[in-house]
Formats: sequence, structure tokens, C-alpha cells
Amino acid sequence: MPFTTIAGAARALRDGRVTSVALAEQVLERTSMVEAQLHAYLTLDTDGLMEAAARADEDLAARKDHGPLHGIPIAVKDNMTTRHMETTAGSRILSGYVPPYDATAVRRLRDAGALIAGKTNLDEFAMGSSTENSAFGPTRNPWNTDRVPGGSSGGSAAAVAAGMALGGLGSDTGGSIRQPASLCGVVGAKPTYGAVSRYGLIAFASSLDQIGPITHRVEDAALLLDAISGHDPLDSTSYPGAIEAAGARLDWGLDGIRVGVVRRLGGAEAVEPDVEAAFDCTLAAMEAAGATTLEVDLPSTEQGLSAYYLIAPAECSANLARFDGVRYGLRVDGATTEQMMSRSRADGFGAEVTRRVLLGTFALSAGYHEAFYGQAQKVRTLIREDFARAYRQCDVLVSPTSATTAFPLGDRTDDPLSMYVSDVFTIPSNLAGHPAISVPIGLDRHDLPIGFQVMAPALAEAVMFQVAAAVESLAGFDTTVPFDPAYGLRGGVR
Amino acid sequence: MTWEAVIGLETHVELSTESKMFCGCPARFDAEPNTNICPVCLGLPGALPVPNREAINRIMQIGLALSCSVTRRPVFHRKNYFYADLPKNYQISQFDLPVCVDGYLEVGGDDPARIGIERVHQEEDTGKSTHRGGDGRISAAEYSLLDFNRSGVPLVEIVTRPDIRSAAQARAYAQELRLLVEALGVSDARLEEGSIRFDANVSVRPGPEAPLGTKVEIKNMNSFRSLERAVSYEIERQTAGLSSGQRIVMETRHWDEEAGVTRGGRIKEGSSDYRYFPDPDLVPMELDHEWESRMAALLPELPSVRRARYEEMGADAAQAAVLAGADAGLSRLFEDATEAGADPAQSANWATGEVVASLRKAGIQSVRDSSLTGASLAELLGMIRQGSLSGSAAREVLAGVIAGEGSPAEVAADRDLLQISDTGLLESVVDELIAANPDEFARLAKGERKLVGFFVGQVMRHTRGKADPKLAGSLIAERAGL
Repeated sequence: MPFTTIAGAARALRDGRVTSVALAEQVLERTSMVEAQLHAYLTLDTDGLMEAAARADEDLAARKDHGPLHGIPIAVKDNMTTRHMETTAGSRILSGYVPPYDATAVRRLRDAGALIAGKTNLDEFAMGSSTENSAFGPTRNPWNTDRVPGGSSGGSAAAVAAGMALGGLGSDTGGSIRQPASLCGVVGAKPTYGAVSRYGLIAFASSLDQIGPITHRVEDAALLLDAISGHDPLDSTSYPGAIEAAGARLDWGLDGIRVGVVRRLGGAEAVEPDVEAAFDCTLAAMEAAGATTLEVDLPSTEQGLSAYYLIAPAECSANLARFDGVRYGLRVDGATTEQMMSRSRADGFGAEVTRRVLLGTFALSAGYHEAFYGQAQKVRTLIREDFARAYRQCDVLVSPTSATTAFPLGDRTDDPLSMYVSDVFTIPSNLAGHPAISVPIGLDRHDLPIGFQVMAPALAEAVMFQVAAAVESLAGFDTTVPFDPAYGLRGGVR
Repeated sequence: MTWEAVIGLETHVELSTESKMFCGCPARFDAEPNTNICPVCLGLPGALPVPNREAINRIMQIGLALSCSVTRRPVFHRKNYFYADLPKNYQISQFDLPVCVDGYLEVGGDDPARIGIERVHQEEDTGKSTHRGGDGRISAAEYSLLDFNRSGVPLVEIVTRPDIRSAAQARAYAQELRLLVEALGVSDARLEEGSIRFDANVSVRPGPEAPLGTKVEIKNMNSFRSLERAVSYEIERQTAGLSSGQRIVMETRHWDEEAGVTRGGRIKEGSSDYRYFPDPDLVPMELDHEWESRMAALLPELPSVRRARYEEMGADAAQAAVLAGADAGLSRLFEDATEAGADPAQSANWATGEVVASLRKAGIQSVRDSSLTGASLAELLGMIRQGSLSGSAAREVLAGVIAGEGSPAEVAADRDLLQISDTGLLESVVDELIAANPDEFARLAKGERKLVGFFVGQVMRHTRGKADPKLAGSLIAERAGL
């Protein structure tokens, strides 16, 4: 029987029931069966994975145990730098770029004994909600290959859901971990801003970006998060104090927990009936398990989407300025340096990235700065105040992660606004800098997974994971994707 | 009509910190190209800046020395513009909340004034482009080379208010600021190497009550003299233009040292839109009172205060300026000599006169590079005072001391320069000479006083200049019964 959970595999490794090499072979075999349908990986490091697995087995045999991630294959989103391994951020402009250093999160994974299986697909520079904006082609949803996996961490979510790695790292700027986790039926957590170092994460919107785990189980997500979090002197925005371990209260249950229910988070209107029904059903189970619930309103979050689509593009317009063809990545020659830069950028960036760079440049330009960027920052303050008010009455807030389940490929690509609305439930946590997690709770009428979002105050990861673990066990959702060895995954794509 | 020039200066000071502003690379850029670099100062994907605390210490010292107030929560902004030697295509700089604001610098000279300081802000330097082929200009170059060793070196920008009214005053301000920065020890402050650079904003208006004229920025002055000449040229150019009814164009002009003119380049379209916004990679710093007072306590005596003190000790204004001037060794020499008991006025005289001349003659840059110490200067002055060295002998001894031949007493002995001020010894010489020149002595004894000079000359010749002429004179007069 294949191993799908990190905690389970870790126990088996120490009991001698499995080896790290066997785990690596398991994920490679699974990858060989489904990758043609999914396109979850941009780089699969077969040799590196097998070598690292052999070393992990030797170390464990020599009683050199590096901890709970020792010998576990992990997939890393391709916007985190990996030494000696191509890192593209899903963009043509970085095609072939090999960084000289590991991102702090990646280095910490390696230090914890984890094996880097490869780099996963994403919307270009993490801008998108379906992984269709990748310059290297879309990733598909393992529950139904006609559907998107969500995004932008769609590659990591699909890889973990389909068993092509036991865990994955994603990055979340407006929901890019939680929404694909929800659409792919796995767990995905965005930590408090500053909990995980951003050093080596190719910046999209610096004040919103956070790295976080994608796994089958809440417990695994806590293990992965605890391995990568903690202060990093290389990131000035990293939180300098001690944070309670995410997994410290996993079995504390729901007794006495005050749950705030935010149905219209972000001004959300049309939630799919199956999503709403599953959500209500989970709430009822939580109450039965000892939680008290309270309907809560966060009115300022209605402006969240608008504020987000000013702040994120503004920051990205500066963050992406460095991709100019001068020092690395794609260079398209021109008669002058300026022409070379503008041609390289025009050819190197896709449509959505170009749209956001232009939007952000405009929002920051003289005469518009205050009306757009300045106003958006004020909204952000109001949203923080809304959250603060809610947390005086509640320990956690809950909502659906996404108003819909996985939508068909191509469904929203022609209408950027409809795509932007995909993140309406997830964006407020990024604007506030708070942690949030998506837990799968069931399937809709099309057998597509539904996610449940738990939000918590800054640095209250332990409480958030406590509630998430309880929701997981109440829902009893089986994260195993339907897979027929003869036909492969469900859906039209073979 | 009398035209009035309105001048403001922007000064960039490169800090001499160990490491760069936002990464751990050495802040030296004289190494082999692209050796002092890392992901941060190269702007590689994913790299993040972390501020250099020592650079913040130093900018606070500069601001405090300029009597600025310290901003409690200064903010770093991104200044966005595309340029090949700017790796991130934005510069981390400061905008509305610089580290220090609202100070001043007192400037002396012919036209003393208090020049207001608007702001002192922290930023990072860019890399360096070298254009190859063509005439070395970017427009005609075949290719360009980039060196990022300088990228990220901490830079402090000091911006004056438009308080300067003449080219000479601009120069005086620049010189005084350089002295200040040097006294603080925060920068090499060398103009030739570009570790301190001056840009001037010049405009002209028809009298002090008139609104400000269109300003022109001038760059590329790499000495105090060229700063003065460039500003002076620009004032004349604008005055002549306005007098003949022309309009001044807002632009950046470059000083051509050889031709002695400023040349126009790109026309500025209003002010460039740098789309400043707070850098989200950096959290606001907390510069509390405690930090500020620690920095204030580190401030050395400032050049202006030192000059006043030297004047009080007995130096004249010009000497005080030299003593507290560019060669810090001179000030040390003066202080040590007076500490060792030398007369301050005499010390000032010698330090700024004979010492400076001797050093120049020997081709030595600073007193610190010579063997001369305050104690040895005091010893030398003491020997003059006691009469054991003549003025000319003392100059020779000084040269010997500077050349490292030993202490003044040793050099004087070795070079046989000690004056004969032993009365007994001189008496026998005098008697000998009287006997040898009886006619002259007879005339002297009859009252022909000018013959004292003749006999003193004889004594000096006889002793090869080592006799104390005063003593010899009085001995001769005594013998003649005068």
C-alpha cells in the first residue's frame, strides 16, 4: 500500500517497514503514470532524488536522524530558488535560469532531511488562480483532468494530491496555496506574514507573499511548516520572536473554541450550493463537537479584492523590474540597451504578468499614487481593524476557501475579472498578514473536492491547526484521488 | 538690474563601512570587477535586503553634526528607474521620511553664512558602467561592461536649502562639509576617488524678492576648484541669457573642466516620475532617543568648534583654519606640542609655517607620515627659546627630524648646529679677534658703534655660525666699554 502521509511514512521509515529509496521510487513510479496527464512538474530531479534518498537511508542506518521530514520526498513550487536546479517562476523570461543559492525554506527542508523531488508548475510569477498562466503549459486537476487545479501553486497541489510527492511547498499572495489545495482536495496553509522567510522566494508582492505547506493531512502540514518557519536574518520582514509550534495542539479538540462564521467574506455573493451545504454540515459537526459558532461580518473586506489588485500589482511592477535581460534569463537583442531591455521584457513576460506590471506602474505614477496605492493601503488598515474586532469575540474565523469547486480549463481565461474573483475568500488573510488554512471536507455533485477555510490571528498557528485537525477528523474526507491503473486519472485528457 | 544667484548643493558621501548597505559584501570597489558581489547586490531573483546598522549609525552622526533632528521612524522607499548598472532597476533610497532633517552648516570665509540643510538620507550606490568602442559615450559604444562591486555601497545624500548665493560660498560650504565628514571618520571623503561628490542646482533671479528662477542641475565637478568654476560659469551663463531675454531651460548640464564650460545634455521633463513607494522588503527602523544619544556621544570636536578653540589659544584665524583643516595630523601635532609645554602662538606659527613648508619640500603628504611628533616640535621650540638654536639652524634641525634622523637634540648635535652660548668660550674668541683687529677695536672704543656688527660678523665666521650673535654682541660692547 503506498504511503500518502508524511507522519505515516516517517513512522514506517523508523520501524524499518519502508526505506527512503522505496518512498522515492514510489513517487517516481506514480509520476511516470500520471504526469503526462497532469503536467505538475516543470523539473523532476530523478537523479538528485534517488541520491538524496540513498543518503537518507544511510544516515538513518547510522542513527543520524534529521527529524520528521527525514527521507521524505517533497515537491517545491518553481518560484523558490534551488541551487543547481533550474528555477523559472513559470516564466519564459527565466527559462534556463539556474540560481546560485537555495531559498531559506528550501535550505531548511534539506537541513531537516527532506528530499527535493522537483520543481512544480505555477501561474507565471504566481499571478493567477488556475495555473493556466504558466509559460510552460497548464497543470490539470488530478480529480478530473478537464478541470484546473487552481493556482497559482497548482503544480504542488496536483503533485501532492496525485501522490507525486508526500508534501509540497507553495506560496500564497492572495490564496495561491489555499485555493489550489481546496480545488485538489488536499490541505494547504498560509502562515502568518513573517513566519517563514521569503529569502529566495521570487517576489510577486513582497508585503503579501508567504511560503507554506501543501499535504494530505493537517498533521503533515504542521510538520512541514515547523521545519521551515522561524526567524531568518536574511529577511528583514521575518518575525524575530519565538512562535508556538504549529503542531503543538493538534489533539486538543474543539471544546470551548469560539468560531466566527464569515459567510460573505470579501463580499462574496454566489457560493455554489454544494459548497454551502458541505460548509454548513461541517459547522454543525463542529458545534456538536463542543465549538460555539457566531455569525461575523467583516464589511471592509468587501474592498479587499480592489485593494489587493492595486497593492499586489504596484509591488510586482517594481519586483519584476529586475528581469531586463542584462544579467540573467532571456535576452532579446536591440540597437540600444533600452531597446534590449524592453524587447526582453515584452517577449519574456506573458499577458497576465504584463497586465499587472502595467496596472501597478499606473497605480504608482504621479498624480494617481494617492488615489490608488494610498487608498488601497488605507483599506488594508480597515481590514486589519475588522479582523481585530472579530477576534475579540472569536478564536478562529471560518469560511469556504473558494466559492466554487474546480472549474474547467479555459473557463475564466478570457475574463481576468472572473479569475480574480476566485480569490475573494482568501485575499483578506493576506492583506491582514494572518494565517489561514484550507482543509478538504467533501465532494460536490461532480466528485470535485470542497475546501473549508480556518483563519486565525497573527502567530496563532497552533490554534488554527488545532481547529483544522478537528475539522479534518469530523469531515473524514478521503484524499485519495480516483485512479484506475488501466485508464489513469478521471477526465478527458489521457 | 542686479541678478541674484540661488544655489543649492546635493552631496553624495560614500560611507567607509566594512560591508555594503543591504548585504554582507565588502564595501570596497577597487577590487577586480565583480568580485565583491552576492545575490543581494546583484539583484538576483529572490534575494532580499537587510539594512547595515553601522551605516545607520554613521548617517545619524552626520545628521547630528549638521544639527539635524533625527526621524524616529525613517522609511526606505524604492526609487524606480531602468538603468543597466542598477541591478533591481530600482534604488533603495528615502523619500518623505529620511533619517535626518532640518539642520545647518556654518560657513566662514569672505562671505560667512549659515547654510540650511533640508535632509540627510540613506541610499545604496549603483554599479559602474564602462562603455567600450566609439568615443566612450554610451551612444556610440560598441558594448558596455558592468562592474557591480560598487552596487549597494552605502551612500548618504546631504541636500541643502537654496541658501547659497555665490560660487565662492558654494566652495566654502563644500570644503567645510568635507572637513566635517572627515572629522567624523565616516567616509574616506576623497573627491578624486568619488567618495564625496557634489552636484549643484543653480538658478538666477532679478533680486532677492523675486520668485525663484528656473533651476539647472550641474554635475561632474571633481574638485573644489571645478565646483566653484562651474557654479560661477553657470551663474554668468544664466545671467547673460536672462539679460538678453532668453528663457532658461530646466536641464542637467555637465561641467567640462578643460573647456571651462557647462554643457547641456538631456532635458528634464518637469521632474522624473520615480514612482516612490515604501520598500515592502524593509520594516521601518526605530531610531529612539537612546540610539540618538549614543551617536551624539560619539561625535568628535567639530572643525568649527576646534578652530574657535585654537584662536582662543593664540593662533590667528588663518592659522586656526590650517590647523583644523584637511591634514588631521597637523591638529594632532599642534595639540601635542602645546600639551608638552610649547607656547601655543609659537607652536601655531611653526606648525602652519615651517612644518608645512618642510613637509612640502620633503614631498610628504601628512605630518602623520613623518617622524615629527608634538613632543619633538615642543623640544625644538624650547631649544630656540633657550638660545641653543638659531632660527636658520632650527629649520635645518626640523628637516632632519622630519627625515627621521632623530630627536631635535640628536639632529642638532649630529649636524653640529648647536649655538655657542657659553660665555667663557665666546669671551676667548672675542679677545682673540680684538687682538687681531686693533684698529677697528680702537675706533669702536671711541664710539663708532656700527663696528659692533663687524666684530659679531667676525665671531660668526670664526665659529662657523654657531655663536649666539646676541651674546657675542654684548660681550664686544662690554669690552669696548660701551
